[in-house]
Amino acid sequence: MNAPSPAETGYNFAYLDEQTKRMIRRAILKAIAIPGYQVPFASREMPMPYGWGTGGVQVTAAVIGPDDVLKVIDQGSDDTTNAVSIRKFFAKTAGVATTTRTAEATVIQTRHRIPETPLSEGQILVYQVPIPEPLRFLEPRETETRKLHALADYGLMHVKLYEDIARHGHIATTYDYPVEVAGRYVMNPSPTPKFDNPKMHRSPALQLFGAGREKRIYAVPPYTDVVSLDFEDHPFEVQRFEKPCALCAATGVYLDEVVLDDRGGRMFVCSDSDYCASRRDAGHRGEMAGDALPAGQS
Amino acid sequence: MLDVASTGFADPVLDAQAQFRALADALARPGSLRAFTPRLTPPVGFPAALASIALTVADHETAIWLDPAFAADPGIAVWLAFHSGARTTSDPSEAAFAFVADIRAMPPLAAFGLGDEAYPDRSTTLVIAVESLAEEGALVLSGPGIETDRRLGVTPWPEGFSAQFAANRALFPRGVDLILAAQGVIAALPRTTRIREA
Ligand SMILES: [Zn+2]
Repeated sequence: MNAPSPAETGYNFAYLDEQTKRMIRRAILKAIAIPGYQVPFASREMPMPYGWGTGGVQVTAAVIGPDDVLKVIDQGSDDTTNAVSIRKFFAKTAGVATTTRTAEATVIQTRHRIPETPLSEGQILVYQVPIPEPLRFLEPRETETRKLHALADYGLMHVKLYEDIARHGHIATTYDYPVEVAGRYVMNPSPTPKFDNPKMHRSPALQLFGAGREKRIYAVPPYTDVVSLDFEDHPFEVQRFEKPCALCAATGVYLDEVVLDDRGGRMFVCSDSDYCASRRDAGHRGEMAGDALPAGQS
Repeated sequence: MLDVASTGFADPVLDAQAQFRALADALARPGSLRAFTPRLTPPVGFPAALASIALTVADHETAIWLDPAFAADPGIAVWLAFHSGARTTSDPSEAAFAFVADIRAMPPLAAFGLGDEAYPDRSTTLVIAVESLAEEGALVLSGPGIETDRRLGVTPWPEGFSAQFAANRALFPRGVDLILAAQGVIAALPRTTRIREA
């Protein structure tokens, strides 16, 4: 253990004071015991703007220890300003090791993706959540949404999805697609693409969700049913991509569009940059991965 | 009065973190055994695992209920107040955490805080000292956190306790959660767990 002392950093370990951590830890324990239920907590100011995932950062700060290995992703990438800042924040305040490799991480904080590499039992996935309440846009009053959750009355949610079908011929929601957890609570998975929803179902990892501005923590324990809401005649489906990743030739993964020039040239590449780089390191080559684009330089 | 030989955590920050992770892991994987080796010296008569859990999760914002055996030793409440700031309550339904020396003599689970439908998190977590926990035992557990099913042995496991726990399960999302602690090891039974006796 090489945890920095407060005297060295000017902060407590992992920034938060012990009383705040205890309060967050109590909320996490309740969240685990009541899968999908949003536990209120007294969110603290963090030295970063709300849009940067202060809820996720507080959850990570409450769980992380000196022996953890932390990975932080933003839209699948380890290299955005947001991901780099959060990684540095914990390297500095908690002295933890960091990694970009999914398989090496014990704690993964994420904004808007679930890694393509399957998670394992020793891992905790911490989601940054902007809007935790799946019923918020249907019913703005907190007292009412709480009542609807208490009654497990999710009719509004189904009406909304069915209106999608009436208007578009299919369910148009592609991000933050609502799920039912352990047969009881309907939950927002955070703005991940619905492509990632099946990865939440019976994952061996513990999944924790932190919403800073909205002051909510919720959880999905390992091996817990997570079912995307759908209808018999309109079953839930994930996005499909016509071509494999242009760099690593992976199929069955979530791809981002990359514009190549102003003449309409574009390619589709893995949104999970670590997954893509690992495949290229292993010798996989997509149609745009000539010698000009070796692994690690995408 | 405060037992002069007693101490709190050797390292309040890192010990609390390590103990919390063991607790979270235990609740996330019901019935799995977690090594639990607290680094503190509680008053004689208050098991170190229970003392350690108290310092990890309790403070002036949480009320603690002590069962009659623990309440009989005023040194325990004094130690808890001194090291955690938590006050004790005589009403089990008011307690955020309940510490139980004897599972055979405790009030029914329904006497503790069960939360309400809108706020099921406002419930009691029971921390119960038991003689032993074993991976191969008479209880067959299933539910969230368990891949298929998991065996657990708890000694003692009073007659009728499985039925009481099933009644607690039926209240979901209301209900209490249990943390069982033996020498050097803990296991948890959250309200989601189904228990069958093999
Ligand atoms: Zn790729």
